[in-house]
Amino acid sequence: MEFFTISMLNGLSYGLLLFMLSSGLTLIFSMMGVLNFAHASFYMVGAYVAYSIARIVGFWPGLILAPLVVGALGALFERFCLRRTHKFGHVPELLITFGLSYVLVELVQLIWGRTAVEFAPPVALQGPAFTLVNSSVDGLSVVWGAASPAMCQAADAAVRIVCSPFPATRGFMMFVALLMLLGLWLMLTRTRIGLVIQSALTHPEMVESLGHNVPRVFMLVFGAGSGLAGLAGVIGGSTFVTEPAMAATVGSIIFVVVVVGGMGSLAGAFLASILIGVMQTFSIAVDQSLLGLLGKLGVSGAGLASSSFLNLTLSQVAPILPYLLLVLILIFRPKGLLGTREG
Amino acid sequence: MNQTLHPKTAAPAPASAKYYEFKPYNVGRVVVWGGFALVLILAPLIFSGGLAHSMLSQMGIAIVACLSYNILLGQGGMLSFGHSVYTGLGAFVAVHGLNRIAGGMPIPVSLIPLVGGLAGVFFAVLLGFVTTRKSGTTFAMITLGIGELVHSMALMIPEFFGGEAGVSANRVVGQSVMGITFGPQIQVYYLLAIYAFICTAAMYAFTRTPLGRMLNAVRDNAERVEFIGYNTERVRYISFIIAGFFAGIAGGMYALNFEIATAEVVGAGQSGAYLLFTFLGGATFFFGPIIGAILMVVAFVLLSEFTKAWLLYLGLIFTFMVMYAPGGIASLIMMNLRVAKFGKLRLVWTSYLALAGTALIMLIGAAAMIEMVYHLQLATATEPTLKFLGVTLNATSLDSWFGAALVTLVGLGMFEATRRQFARQWGEIQAEIEKEIRRREAL
Repeated sequence: MEFFTISMLNGLSYGLLLFMLSSGLTLIFSMMGVLNFAHASFYMVGAYVAYSIARIVGFWPGLILAPLVVGALGALFERFCLRRTHKFGHVPELLITFGLSYVLVELVQLIWGRTAVEFAPPVALQGPAFTLVNSSVDGLSVVWGAASPAMCQAADAAVRIVCSPFPATRGFMMFVALLMLLGLWLMLTRTRIGLVIQSALTHPEMVESLGHNVPRVFMLVFGAGSGLAGLAGVIGGSTFVTEPAMAATVGSIIFVVVVVGGMGSLAGAFLASILIGVMQTFSIAVDQSLLGLLGKLGVSGAGLASSSFLNLTLSQVAPILPYLLLVLILIFRPKGLLGTREG
Repeated sequence: MNQTLHPKTAAPAPASAKYYEFKPYNVGRVVVWGGFALVLILAPLIFSGGLAHSMLSQMGIAIVACLSYNILLGQGGMLSFGHSVYTGLGAFVAVHGLNRIAGGMPIPVSLIPLVGGLAGVFFAVLLGFVTTRKSGTTFAMITLGIGELVHSMALMIPEFFGGEAGVSANRVVGQSVMGITFGPQIQVYYLLAIYAFICTAAMYAFTRTPLGRMLNAVRDNAERVEFIGYNTERVRYISFIIAGFFAGIAGGMYALNFEIATAEVVGAGQSGAYLLFTFLGGATFFFGPIIGAILMVVAFVLLSEFTKAWLLYLGLIFTFMVMYAPGGIASLIMMNLRVAKFGKLRLVWTSYLALAGTALIMLIGAAAMIEMVYHLQLATATEPTLKFLGVTLNATSLDSWFGAALVTLVGLGMFEATRRQFARQWGEIQAEIEKEIRRREAL
């Protein structure tokens, strides 16, 4: 039970982090038709910028400033590079963001080095947010913060006690992601600028003829999307590890999220993020192989025991599960979970 | 030879272009292909030496790989981020094939690239079914996902992929035919050159088939093609399989040349390189990827030796190319050929010199700064000086930085001034050419 709860929470927090990334990506895609290949690179830049700011003034100003810096970078890129390629069509637009992803990862290595930097969360977020204490006598209980060692040690050998801590950074990740989700939703549905953005999604010419500066709206949306990626980077970088490879590890996953959720659907991106986050977290924790499963079903696998394919445990195949899901979704539901567009 | 993706950048041949044709031979075609064959034959004699032969062999492989990639990107408008799946899996199967030959299977070593090609077809049939259901951005994302899938699986199934170490083989196996054992690099080069020539010719022929033409149509306006009654998905699928075949041949050539296949060859980095260099060479023209392939080998072998920051330079060049010349180097060549054809090249060649000179000054300054940052980042333990183009720079002193920044800014200023002048001049020349074309049409 405590395994399930903690894994579920971990999965949810990872899924929400994915959503922080894929929401910006989806927003940019549905508006400009550009799939920003460098989105994960902005995530990485966010982490590194926050790391540098945190060394000077501390983590919390970095949490605010780094997304702004990254957002400004994104807006500048849109204004001076992406806008030039707009007239050439979608493929060059995708290609220029692809080129940017090369440049950004090299620049990061140029400035911060090729190895991981030590970007630790602030003291307030270190340690567990709460601890689940499962005792075979008293049942399940929740302790805020770290559980004292005395609670996790059984008085006598007959009583089994398991303490499962839930890290505070994960909790913070969920909190920020939910806050961001709320903010995004309120901005898109309740404000004037949200109204303009929504209308520019479907009828850019009409919005333009009503006197709104649609290219500027595009620039703002691109900047905001990059900023969201930067925010995710601050949190992801401090929770996991801040290294030049972090863009590549998360990059292909968020593209899977966007395709599985349905291109351009924010709700679909949310659903797919949570699904993939939970799926990956659970599969890493399960140490069961296909051979073991066959054995349980009563099929004797003596002749197959040497095959490493059947001996792969679920935790070993966890990295490819999102891509398998992608292939399955494309076969059975080509427009994605909540997508509306074909083709 | 000019399939125009972007009508602005590619020079359309005038409808009334004269070409010399003596039935049944098309002289221009014979000259071009004969020249290509001659270059392939003479190249190792001119550039002799181990490194040159190795590079030439790699260029042969890269030419086939990039041309097969261009079937997707240039002709089909399918932006694939997973082309190395087909070259890489072709390489793996070919390496296993070589090992089978060593085990006594009676296949000539010279047919190993075909084994790779068949593997490419097999995987393209299997995976292409899923990928080609979509076009455009979704296609790009799916190929990326499939690429990641195969790359991750490569590390999971060590029986086939050999784990971290990869699978190695020995190409000097089986019967030698007329003393050809494929032991020396030069023998391998000529085999690869033959494959490169045949594959290039076959891929060019493919662009002239009805299917190749339909592929262009699907790229340009899929909806209209559907209305005429073609199945766009099937056109994409069949073309994808053909591209997979040639990619597999490139993989087989790779296996023969390097005698090893590691998980790297199916990695995303390799796919990215195909995309990058095919585009740099020019996806809108058939011969563009050949230029790209040559550049790819030069960049990977020479540039990476020259500087550690080569990927940064590459990324920057690519980004500027997308912004200012989306037709790649091939389109630049064709545009200048058009200018030369109308006898106006002599008006601009001084501008080219000025542009190149000022750009060089700017690049030297910027490169000096980049190299200094890298030096500080990577080698802080040793002394802070580094040699850059024969000059000793001190990465910690203000003088070097000031000098480099000054050179960059001066170069930038001069470049911008010449660029503006050139842009005006170029516009005038193009206008004159348009006028001239219209005048000739009226005649």
